[in-house]
Amino acid sequence: MQTHQDGNGYSMTFDRIISECRRKVESPFQEINKWKKKSRTGLAVGTFPVYTPWEIIDGCGMFPIGIFGGGSDIEIEYADSLIQSFICSIARSTLEVGLKGKLKDVDAMVFPSICDVSKNLSGIWERNFPNLQVEFIHLPQNMYSESAVDYLVHEYKRLADNLCTMNGSTPKEDSILESISVYNENRAKLRELYEFRSKEPWNLSTLELYIIIRYGTLVPQSVFSETLDKLLESVLLRDKGERDSVRVILEGSFCEQPPLDMLHLLEEAGCYIVDDDLLVGYRWFMEDVSTEGSPYRNLAEAYINLSYPSSVRHDGNRSRSDHLLEKVEKNAAAGVLFCAAKFCEPALFDYVLLKDALEKNDIPYLSFEFEEKMGVFESIKTQVETFVESILFFS
Amino acid sequence: MMDEIKFKYQGVARTYQRELLDNWYSGISSAKEKGEKVAYLFISGNIAELLRVFNFHLVYPEVNALQCGVKKVAGDFIMKAEDVGYSSDVCGYVKNDVGLILSGNKGPFGTLSPPDLLVCTYSGCMTYVKWFEALAKTYGAELFILDVPYLREGKPTKGDMKYICSQLEELIEVCERKTGIQYDEDKLKEILGNSVKAEDLWVDILQSAKNEPSPFDAFFEAVFFMAPIYVLRGTEECVEYYQKAKLEIEERIQHKTGPIPEEKFRIVMEGPPPWPHFRSFWELFKKWDVCVVASTYSKVGGIWDFGFRHDPSRPLESIAEYATNCYTNYNWKMRSEMIKSYIDDYHADALVIHSVKSCRAFSVGQADARERFIREYNVPTLFIESDLADPRYFSEAQMRNRIDAFFESLEHRRLVEV
Ligand code: SF4
Ligand code: SF4
Repeated sequence: MQTHQDGNGYSMTFDRIISECRRKVESPFQEINKWKKKSRTGLAVGTFPVYTPWEIIDGCGMFPIGIFGGGSDIEIEYADSLIQSFICSIARSTLEVGLKGKLKDVDAMVFPSICDVSKNLSGIWERNFPNLQVEFIHLPQNMYSESAVDYLVHEYKRLADNLCTMNGSTPKEDSILESISVYNENRAKLRELYEFRSKEPWNLSTLELYIIIRYGTLVPQSVFSETLDKLLESVLLRDKGERDSVRVILEGSFCEQPPLDMLHLLEEAGCYIVDDDLLVGYRWFMEDVSTEGSPYRNLAEAYINLSYPSSVRHDGNRSRSDHLLEKVEKNAAAGVLFCAAKFCEPALFDYVLLKDALEKNDIPYLSFEFEEKMGVFESIKTQVETFVESILFFS
Repeated sequence: MMDEIKFKYQGVARTYQRELLDNWYSGISSAKEKGEKVAYLFISGNIAELLRVFNFHLVYPEVNALQCGVKKVAGDFIMKAEDVGYSSDVCGYVKNDVGLILSGNKGPFGTLSPPDLLVCTYSGCMTYVKWFEALAKTYGAELFILDVPYLREGKPTKGDMKYICSQLEELIEVCERKTGIQYDEDKLKEILGNSVKAEDLWVDILQSAKNEPSPFDAFFEAVFFMAPIYVLRGTEECVEYYQKAKLEIEERIQHKTGPIPEEKFRIVMEGPPPWPHFRSFWELFKKWDVCVVASTYSKVGGIWDFGFRHDPSRPLESIAEYATNCYTNYNWKMRSEMIKSYIDDYHADALVIHSVKSCRAFSVGQADARERFIREYNVPTLFIESDLADPRYFSEAQMRNRIDAFFESLEHRRLVEV
């Protein structure tokens, strides 16, 4: 592969790929349209965050695409009369995107049981988009029950069957197993990037890492896999020089997407974000999912046993507070930034339990809220700078 | 003399309800001292019958929260919870409960004994999980999550039923271990038999609102009448309560009286009441001689008026079915169909939607429902907003303006039609 170093020691390939990915991330609906035109008869299945067993959609020969609201530049005109103002912004802007006709290339929408908003959103979608196949999946909350896996197998089969009614096909277990292995590989590559960032955060920023994962929600996994390979190779050539920043963990932005400028600003304000829960669903399993036997069962078992501890799921074998403490320790972080979407109950409830655990362990934290449409970050910037200074000063 | 004979049962339901709830709360207060076991659970689709087999005292934190709301102490408790980090944007019921615990668990109903077991009957509300996770940590009590899938297909799937039933079996083991009492199916059947009797009577009362004028306000009165079926279901007292309440209602029908002197408008109410302003809220409607003939909030714990009954011959399955069968566990298609059937069957003139900030389980979808009812069903619909727990979100003047304007226009429409 060709790589060039510019005068500052930048890897041109890496930067070029990132800026290309960023362009796509910033116009996600064009990407869907492109895919649709290319595939002609293919079915595109939009998924609302946080987690969906994308392998099943992919294995059914359909194209799973992450739908994450309208980003920072959508005007809400229609959705406001359908969803009250005290509901998180992503719920409203995702609907707006649909009402504005931007999802005309999407054939189905899947809403997972992450919260009460997502649950009821599925009903709003059913009424407003009668031509769209709307699916709600109820992911289990009882991680200890003997029957949770059986239940989830049932649920996953239901999803596959329902999706396949769109084109009269039948789900093929073999191809779902193949999808699992592709997703496994990509998840492993993302884990590698996460490790790299924790080691050399100056050479891989959180904004860049975010763009990479987000790009992966918009393209077929085989394309994503190639891009990841190139990135993994070229990122090693980077040498941007260490800054005087504080290592922190970013927590709470797992569903509604923070503005890109805000992610940039957090680092500008003096932080190295060494771990986060951004787009966590796409990195959901901390180990590979088995590719032998029944794909439904493998994915269901993985959901119960291998999931990333998350505010949208009751704890299984690992508590969320312990997991946060582990992340702090493993990444040698000096503090935690709680960055919840405004009105996001799962994040706001968890904040209380998580910050209590941090207080008990004398770990400093800062909490602020964001909205996807936010354009001015002055107050967040000031708070983060003060936080950084207080850590530098006291340690 | 005549009057006395005429209204032998007037007020019976309210008086007896208070007595029952007082007894129930005093049992909860003294449980710890007496070494008796206490289980906390939620109202929606609750499995009270099963827990009764193990002689648990049952505590429903939602009921405590609404009591605090009605007694106007919720505001202070909520502030206490916000002081320890809870956001102003999360469910006020949870915050009320946290504030209550921080105040030594002393509420207007007495002091609560702590839980020996937390059973998160997770029907229709994700916040329930968050709520009991916090309690489990505070009390160090064992938490059992009874996961009840959302009715995304219009009815429970086979997989859902199997999953709930096997969780119930697992819960039985936990209860045996906690209490040292063996599971006794005959006892459960007997308890379920009481449930069925109460359920039949309750449905009669709810459906009495089909009379014109309605003898009963299916929202403002129902929220009190429904307490025993949700918290004491399965007991003999609960059956007796509904027998008495039914006599009161029958008497009203006989004399063609009801909650308001002269019924002018019949409405269906969607959404919970603003507990801290319950009286003033009711007055705003009374002023227009409005009677609520059916409501969704009275179905928040369980729905019987479309035929469901507990079934002693299939004890665990029918408990599992019930767990799925409560309002916020219905998808919006089911909810809208239910509201629509109320409007038709109870001859309602309009729909009033009360949206509450605290409860996304209730409120997400309500604004869309307004569109559906106005545009698709051509039903006059009023949409108002406040909260069920937090007194800060109730603006009486604004509320009055909206309500007045709505009924004025309904009245006008009627005059024009005549
Ligand atoms: S941002 Fe939070 S509240 Fe909103 S849909 Fe996502 S998880 Fe639910
Ligand atoms: S969100 Fe609604 S149903 Fe859930 S605990 Fe709060 S008030 Fe109750």
